[in-house]
Amino acid sequence: MRSHSHIVRGLVALAVSTIVFLVPFAFIVLTASKTSADASRFEFSWPGDFVLLQNIAEVFKVRDFVIVRAFINSTTLTVSSVAVMVVLAAMMGYVVQRRTGLFTSAARMLVLAALIVPSAVVPTIWVLQALGLYKQMLGMILIEVTGGLPFCVLLCSAFVATIPRELDEAAALDGAGPLRVFFRVILPLLKPVVVTMVVVQSVAVFNDFTGPLYFLPGEENATVQATLFNFQSQTLSQWNLLFADILLITVPPLVLYLFFNRQIVEGMVNGAVKG
Amino acid sequence: MTVGTTAVAPAAPAPSEHPPPRRQRGRSTRSRYPLWFLLPGGGLLVLLFVVPTATSFYFSLTRWTLFDSTFIGLENYATFFQDPQLFGSFVHTLVYAVITSVGKVLSGLALAILLNGRIIARGYLRAVVFFPVLVSAVGIGITFKVLFDPFDGLINRVLGIVGIDGPGWLTNPDLALTSVAMVDIWKGVGVSTLIFMAGLVAIPRDYYESAHIDGATDWQRFRFITLPLVGPATMTVVILNVISGLRSFELIWTMTGGGPGFTSDVLASVIYKKYQAGLYGLSTAGNVVMFVVVAAITIPLYRWFRRREVAQ
Repeated sequence: MRSHSHIVRGLVALAVSTIVFLVPFAFIVLTASKTSADASRFEFSWPGDFVLLQNIAEVFKVRDFVIVRAFINSTTLTVSSVAVMVVLAAMMGYVVQRRTGLFTSAARMLVLAALIVPSAVVPTIWVLQALGLYKQMLGMILIEVTGGLPFCVLLCSAFVATIPRELDEAAALDGAGPLRVFFRVILPLLKPVVVTMVVVQSVAVFNDFTGPLYFLPGEENATVQATLFNFQSQTLSQWNLLFADILLITVPPLVLYLFFNRQIVEGMVNGAVKG
Repeated sequence: MTVGTTAVAPAAPAPSEHPPPRRQRGRSTRSRYPLWFLLPGGGLLVLLFVVPTATSFYFSLTRWTLFDSTFIGLENYATFFQDPQLFGSFVHTLVYAVITSVGKVLSGLALAILLNGRIIARGYLRAVVFFPVLVSAVGIGITFKVLFDPFDGLINRVLGIVGIDGPGWLTNPDLALTSVAMVDIWKGVGVSTLIFMAGLVAIPRDYYESAHIDGATDWQRFRFITLPLVGPATMTVVILNVISGLRSFELIWTMTGGGPGFTSDVLASVIYKKYQAGLYGLSTAGNVVMFVVVAAITIPLYRWFRRREVAQ
């Protein structure tokens, strides 16, 4: 009896979660595969003509291959900001965890404040403009680094706490300087948390729409998220292309997830619970 | 490396015989963990977080064109709290944060209990629940706008089959904000579920076993074991969701643009609209209101959770 109700409960959970969580994605795929007339009926049905590949080709051609430029921009932004963010966060997290004193507690406070307080938009534009970085890729990279840094620092310092201090003391006794200790001893040990940071932050930066909206405007700077808005205003009746675009820009995060599923899950949990 | 080791080896026993003075030890710690490691990250935080945040208090008191600013006192704040549209956005922000946080805590805990139990296809279920977290808010917003379409949308079609006349989810002024909040819960519940799952795993199995032997019901075990012991995870989930709820912009902007009328405008969308209109001072005042709201809610909330934890 017990195992019987157990299976029933499992099947119900399976059915409900599939409907609630997967139907919207199935809808995206189906609509992206339809002809324009077919798609505009918003039906949840198998496409009359299956034209997914033609639609994707069409999406690429829109507005002089704007999506190719957008993919290049988004990739540049994601790769550089995540690389810088991870190294800076690891350095900060390491020293903040190991040292005590006025500066380290100030740094800790700063990180916590930045984690909680949302950034002020126009004053940030003002600072970027003063630095000559407004509407520049470099400026946007620095914004993304600053945005992701607090979470990563907390993650790193929680992880450094689990590395015995004797390890860096031994390396220092062997004559290694602080940089060497950090890059040769500590950073390799941080590998699990580095993987988590890379995956979680890559998804966050790649999916960020608000940041580029404010700090990186302009046609030539378009990121992949912005291309969706181009579709909405320009080609109102071409729902099939809009959904093909959604499908296209969901692929990179999905691939990352498929490869690093376990690390994302563990890392998010560790960071959230310990931090 | 060998040279270094041999050179150090004879000196190694020395500290045990003559413990070095405290000062010297301090200096060696200092050089091993140099402060300049904090500099690149800390510098960026100062430049792109502290400076904008600090100056925002001044700029919110001005009429501002980015090139010059005229001090106008509290006029922007007066506008903010007198204009029904702007004040409405303030109220909507609170409502939105409460709905999404409560929704994610309840559904996250329920899903975590379900997924931590013995259930078939657990890996599949966990992946499915987490999947929306990875898709961009803009993409999800557009998709649900179509699904929520009052006439042709999938949701109202299905409701129509069972004979229910579905509402205009995003076109009804009383419903738009709640509809967006529902999608927000759907998109974000995966993170809350994961955190709760980690919290549940940390509860020792023996507690449940001895409660079972004592004849406790499922509800009693949930009420007197799970609920009190999942406290730290609850704190994390609540605070994370309150912060992100108070800030949220992308989903609202793609699904309703703050409409119909201004009925789903929140602080973040008002900040954007005023920025677009070139009212930089007013937009920045909106930002300051947002800081204050976030701090005024999260800090007491955090203290309250901490005090409860200590009391237990």
